[in-house]
Amino acid sequence: MTGAQILIHYLEDEGVEHLWGYPGGAVLPIYDALDTDAKNLSHILVRHEQAAVHAADGYARSTGKPGVVLVTSGPGATNAVTGIATAYMDSIPLICITGQVPTGMIGLDAFQEIDTVGVTRPIVKHNFLVKNVDDLASTLKKAFYLATTGRPGPVVIDIPKDVQNAKSNYEYPQEVEMRSYLPITKGHGGQIKKAVEMMLSAKKPILYTGGGVILGGASTELVALTHKLGFPITQTLMGLGAFPASDKQSVGMLGMHGTYEANLSMHNSDLIIAIGARFDDRVTGNLEKFCPDAKIIHVDIDPASISKNVMVDIPIVGPVKQVLNEMLRVLDKTELVSDQEALADWWVQIEGWRATNCLRYDSSGSKIKPQAAVEAVWKATNGDAYVSSDVGQHQMFAAQYYPFDKPRRWLNSGGLGTMGFGLPAAMGAKMAFPDETVVCVTGEGSIQMNIQELSTCLQYGLSVKIICLNNGFLGMVRQWQEFFYERRYSMSYMDSLPDFVKLAESYGHVGVRIDDPSTLQSQLDEVFSEKYKNRLVFVDIITDQQENVYPMIPAGAGLNEMILV
Amino acid sequence: MKHIISMLIENESGALSRVSGLFSARGYNIHALTVAPTEDDSLSRLTLVTSGTALEVEQIVKHLNRLIDVVKVLDLTEGLHIERELMLIKLSTTGDTREEYKRLVGIFRGDIIDVTATTYTVQMVGKSAKLDAFIDVIDPGLILETVRSGTVGVMRGEKCLHI
Repeated sequence: MTGAQILIHYLEDEGVEHLWGYPGGAVLPIYDALDTDAKNLSHILVRHEQAAVHAADGYARSTGKPGVVLVTSGPGATNAVTGIATAYMDSIPLICITGQVPTGMIGLDAFQEIDTVGVTRPIVKHNFLVKNVDDLASTLKKAFYLATTGRPGPVVIDIPKDVQNAKSNYEYPQEVEMRSYLPITKGHGGQIKKAVEMMLSAKKPILYTGGGVILGGASTELVALTHKLGFPITQTLMGLGAFPASDKQSVGMLGMHGTYEANLSMHNSDLIIAIGARFDDRVTGNLEKFCPDAKIIHVDIDPASISKNVMVDIPIVGPVKQVLNEMLRVLDKTELVSDQEALADWWVQIEGWRATNCLRYDSSGSKIKPQAAVEAVWKATNGDAYVSSDVGQHQMFAAQYYPFDKPRRWLNSGGLGTMGFGLPAAMGAKMAFPDETVVCVTGEGSIQMNIQELSTCLQYGLSVKIICLNNGFLGMVRQWQEFFYERRYSMSYMDSLPDFVKLAESYGHVGVRIDDPSTLQSQLDEVFSEKYKNRLVFVDIITDQQENVYPMIPAGAGLNEMILV
Repeated sequence: MKHIISMLIENESGALSRVSGLFSARGYNIHALTVAPTEDDSLSRLTLVTSGTALEVEQIVKHLNRLIDVVKVLDLTEGLHIERELMLIKLSTTGDTREEYKRLVGIFRGDIIDVTATTYTVQMVGKSAKLDAFIDVIDPGLILETVRSGTVGVMRGEKCLHI
């Protein structure tokens, strides 16, 4: 078999369903093998390599399986870079196969040559340049192993064209062993026991959980632990859905645009139980002022995440699922009991904060409020859609006003904050779950960063519903300029916008404009009705230009220094 | 505080750039770095000297361990260890200084390994601080060239860095 054939056969043997890609000179042998050898592997031709990576990423986020990408050398690889970095920052398992110029031409500035391994090195979990076809299958095995175990992440495999053409024997490698990579399989029993004791002696405890719970498939365990403890729980932007937002123990999202009750509970707590979260600056605010009275237990699979930003009292390095199960087991056996009286007082205090109703907004005007639009989408989809978002105000509105009760429903670029992520990510989810409702909440700025994918959606019948909160501004930039730059709206106004309804139609889709608050819900109900079940609908919602995202913790402030509406 | 971090890495192209890239990406500094294959030619031993608070260095070690090509990491400065560095230093030596520098090299237990009518090339081995001390006693105007290998080191006694 040729290297190209080995690759295709390997991907099928690995159980890969979808390959997101774009052909080019340095991957022609692979595209040929795709044509001649692929049986179950479906290839989706995107319109830009960045979208291929985001789509594979959206597939990975929604399914938990690794997304797989195929792009050519040079510009194919560099176009993929933003997607790879996006996946890296959010620890998403991804395999990106890049073509490379023939080995003999590497280093000679050949046509479409770029040092892909060098360019991607800081944004991958690992990368490989395959110089010998005999190493191809074992390298692929290593790549999937690395991408999906431990703290997941993207892996790039760069395959020169001559290696794709060279012949070797192929057998699916059953085993993989790497002496330098031994992912942790168990948290330290003694530390877990100490942590449980600390939890049961706390008077004002709070669970602070993140994307690691979703990546680690530990939602069930988290729900069980939270219910057993009776503690409040707050989730990061990346963690939404791991614990049901509708559960009364949930105090909502924390951080810069988190709820008042979540941030105040964190700030006033005496114990923070951080699970699969990494004390990101958008969560902690000013580190000097961060949770002055709290002891911290931190469960994470990556030792480098522990005590990186905030010093931790009890670190537990291990897979979150195993650690939570062990905590539940220890809780079952222990004779210690939590201080119910203190906990009841703590809840009274929290309910007081909750009563401020920090997510209220004035919806009486003649313009559609973006918050109302998201709430209407939530109603129209029974709160059970897969929702991707781009980056900006609409992302925060989606996170605040579309409460998630299930994990892997909320797909957003939390770490890198990549505009242009939303539509391709929604495509990935729709490909994985064709019968489910998939929504992309976006803005008129973000959507234009990968709008060409409307074409891909038509070709593959990806009936995503695009909710464009169109306020004619790069809203989050505008908001910061209003607050911190004396309302000098430098370059944040989006002039010369296309007519999105006509644009959608010219791509062969359905376009709908909503600009009247009184018809918002009914028009959205129609968009999500049977009528458009198999159609992509681009919903251009004209929203209030002046609306800001509240509550907000300004940069440099502490969690207790929130600006409410 | 100065730390000597010693590690075994896969002897593969790109492994070194992963280590050095980590330092530049995360804003850690490298005072010195040296790398060469070991008796097992699939492995290289890399030693680097960095500085930072105990917390920073702990973080550095964690991040190094995260790199797939890094097999094992040890902060030598955590325990009793031996460190050595090799220096070749070329001095301009004419007239009176020839005899004086010969004596100084003797005091520092160095060797003059190349001599011309106007130069000495001195080889010196020792802790980095000793090499610094030698440089300090030489008139800077007479130093033509300095080449230092960077620090290497091992733990004292039976403790080893091996797989």
